[in-house]
Amino acid sequence: MIIELGHFAVLLAFAVSLVQMTVPMIGASKNWASWMQLAGTTAILQFILTAVAFGALTWAFVTSDFSVLLVVENSHSLKPMLYKVTGVWGNHEGSMLLWIFILAIYGGLVAALGGNLPATLKARVLSVQAMISSAFLGFLIFTSNPFLRVANPPLDGNDLNPLLQDPGLAFHPPFLYMGYVGLSMSFSFAVAALIEGRVDAAWARWVRPWTLLAWVTLTIGIGLGSWWAYYELGWGGWWFWDPVENASFMPWLIAAALLHSAIVVEKRDTLKAWTVLLAILAFSFSLIGTFIVRSGVITSVHAFANDPERGVFILGILTVAIGGALTLFAFRASSLKTNTVFSFVSRESGLVINNLLLAVSAAVVFAGTVWPLVAEITTGRKLSVGAPFFELAFTPFMVILAIIMPIGAMLSWKRAQLGKSVQTLRSAMILASVVGIFVWSMDTGGRMLAPVGLALAAWLVAGSAADLLSRARFGKVPLAQVLRRLRNLPRSDWGKAVAHAGMGLTIFGIAAVTAWEIEDIRVVNLGDRYAVGGYEFQLNAVNRSQGKNYKADIGDVTAYKNGRVVAQLAPEKRFYPVQRMPTTEAAIDTTLTRDLYVVLGDRQEDGSWAMRTYIKPFTVWMWIGVLVMAIGGILSMSDRRYRVASTARRKAPDAVPAE
Amino acid sequence: MKRLIFILMLLASPALAVQPDEILKDPVLESRARGISKELRCVVCRNENIDSSNADVARDLRLLVRERLTAGDDDKQVVDFVVARYGEYVLLKPPFSLSNLGLWAIGPLALILGLILALVFIRRRPKQQPDDLSADEQARLEALLGK
Repeated sequence: MIIELGHFAVLLAFAVSLVQMTVPMIGASKNWASWMQLAGTTAILQFILTAVAFGALTWAFVTSDFSVLLVVENSHSLKPMLYKVTGVWGNHEGSMLLWIFILAIYGGLVAALGGNLPATLKARVLSVQAMISSAFLGFLIFTSNPFLRVANPPLDGNDLNPLLQDPGLAFHPPFLYMGYVGLSMSFSFAVAALIEGRVDAAWARWVRPWTLLAWVTLTIGIGLGSWWAYYELGWGGWWFWDPVENASFMPWLIAAALLHSAIVVEKRDTLKAWTVLLAILAFSFSLIGTFIVRSGVITSVHAFANDPERGVFILGILTVAIGGALTLFAFRASSLKTNTVFSFVSRESGLVINNLLLAVSAAVVFAGTVWPLVAEITTGRKLSVGAPFFELAFTPFMVILAIIMPIGAMLSWKRAQLGKSVQTLRSAMILASVVGIFVWSMDTGGRMLAPVGLALAAWLVAGSAADLLSRARFGKVPLAQVLRRLRNLPRSDWGKAVAHAGMGLTIFGIAAVTAWEIEDIRVVNLGDRYAVGGYEFQLNAVNRSQGKNYKADIGDVTAYKNGRVVAQLAPEKRFYPVQRMPTTEAAIDTTLTRDLYVVLGDRQEDGSWAMRTYIKPFTVWMWIGVLVMAIGGILSMSDRRYRVASTARRKAPDAVPAE
Repeated sequence: MKRLIFILMLLASPALAVQPDEILKDPVLESRARGISKELRCVVCRNENIDSSNADVARDLRLLVRERLTAGDDDKQVVDFVVARYGEYVLLKPPFSLSNLGLWAIGPLALILGLILALVFIRRRPKQQPDDLSADEQARLEALLGK
């Protein structure tokens, strides 16, 4: 009964979204207030309906209702409750429903909070949102229905892939989807603005929080995915340049560009057409990402040809959305007039360069991702593009970006003096050079990675600090006043400095672990002690153990430094009988200066064990940096001017012209 | 689930990637072998190099690489040997060749093009403002200034 209710709610939501996408759009062009107002009502209704549908599917998973095909295929009664819940989106159909649900939440938010939006803009934004949601609801209903029943329910299910039964990965998709869908809001605002033919500061003030939200959630989602790969896949890799990773990375890069260019639109009333284009591109990359992952086209052209239904449907959505939006852009972009001027050396120019570098690096990732496909279709050659390509072709742009970031962040609007910023950043420059030279002189090998990476990291962190301090007039006024000024700085200034420093920390973690990691592979007898990079490890025992839905061999390893015990490690090899799938659970001891990373391998014939041991210096800073970047984004989002935008509504509600 | 397929392909078998018995006695040779292994694709895997792959064919290739190195080949000869057998497909970094020009050139070209466009955009701005006066207005202004 509950399942049918969910099924019905989805169908109803589809019908509602068809109304929402047509009626308010017509109302906006005819200036019919009541037609426009329908946008808000339908958006809230859609939120309620998709919430019911999502709740119904969750109910089916939580109660292990094996009369539902999706639950049979992806759940098991013995599975821990957390993974029963997260199993809802641990599959294609459920994840699409989650996508739609988040879309409806955002639509509902615009309807509820968007009182200060001009009536026509609000109606058009919600109408464009409904176009997206109707496309995806159609996709769900016609190709990926999660509410299908089975005629003869089995006694138990097939279980969720054991690798997905993990906290890091359980929350990875919701964050990514919040990001992708958040970019759909920027997209809707961009398309609505093109129809209106107007982009102004108020528009940018609405687009920026959504873009920030999308960027923050993408940052967290990508971070979670990378962290999961690090501890789960058993050799401590954290980024593979796999197409599905690139699918989330490209929107992240473009979103980063967009949230910077939206500042220019808001503060300086220029770069409008470019910002609108970025908003369209950001969501286009989200759609392309969905297409890549859902159609399997990148894995193999043939996989796509064998089961083309879903792929073709998404390709259709993709073509209409991207093609339509870009066509609209081509016709209307010239109506977005720019009113202000700025000189070569100015914050605006700095942000233009930022945008350029981010967009170009996204283009490189895109080229690398689709090149094998393009080559196979056009010339029939089969080739691969993997990590070594991206490391060489992508990294230089990030290095340039990191070099100009602190300088650009300090330039003043309109016309700046380069000398002045350089003056303020002098201590940061000296610090970065000292760090770089020091690391270079320590390093024995010829690799430049560590010195360059660490110098850049110091440059970014110290540059951010210098920016904040100079804004607080450090060294010019008494310390107490500096502290007060620091406290009173706008949140967006703090957000900028914190996010930029976060990127520095991430670069530090990446450079350190890549350059200085020590790896050891060997066969170990029980009781043997072996040395790796200043530490000693002893395999005391390997014990059999029974988990809730798996069996495991658990190693008992003690790590010593200078004869003192520093960590007890328990690497596991698990076997999940329902899915007949083994997994490795690395044991990791994390401190701020290093991770000890131990993996238990196969038992050898003579009773000894293969083991992999890594010393990974400063790895944790990679994710601390990701977290700090996200915190920076949240700080910016909480800036007063966005709160003012939403409270102004309560004081003076926009009067809707009554025709 | 974004990573589902990726994961399934990654963990085809439980074994470790590089096995202890594969490792060469000579640490210099071994480190060269590891370097080469990271550039070669495991042909049955999805986007994974033979160094971190658990698949049997990856192990065979790792052994082959080490065999060639022990026989005295330099790095390029080893890679060429593998490419001759398995084709361009095994290279995770496509070579700088004419047929891959589009792939390698897109970044630098897009950057140069973007820079030119940005320069044109920024330069064009200041010129627009003084042009606000029409010819008549200009004439009047000059009259007022007594020219």
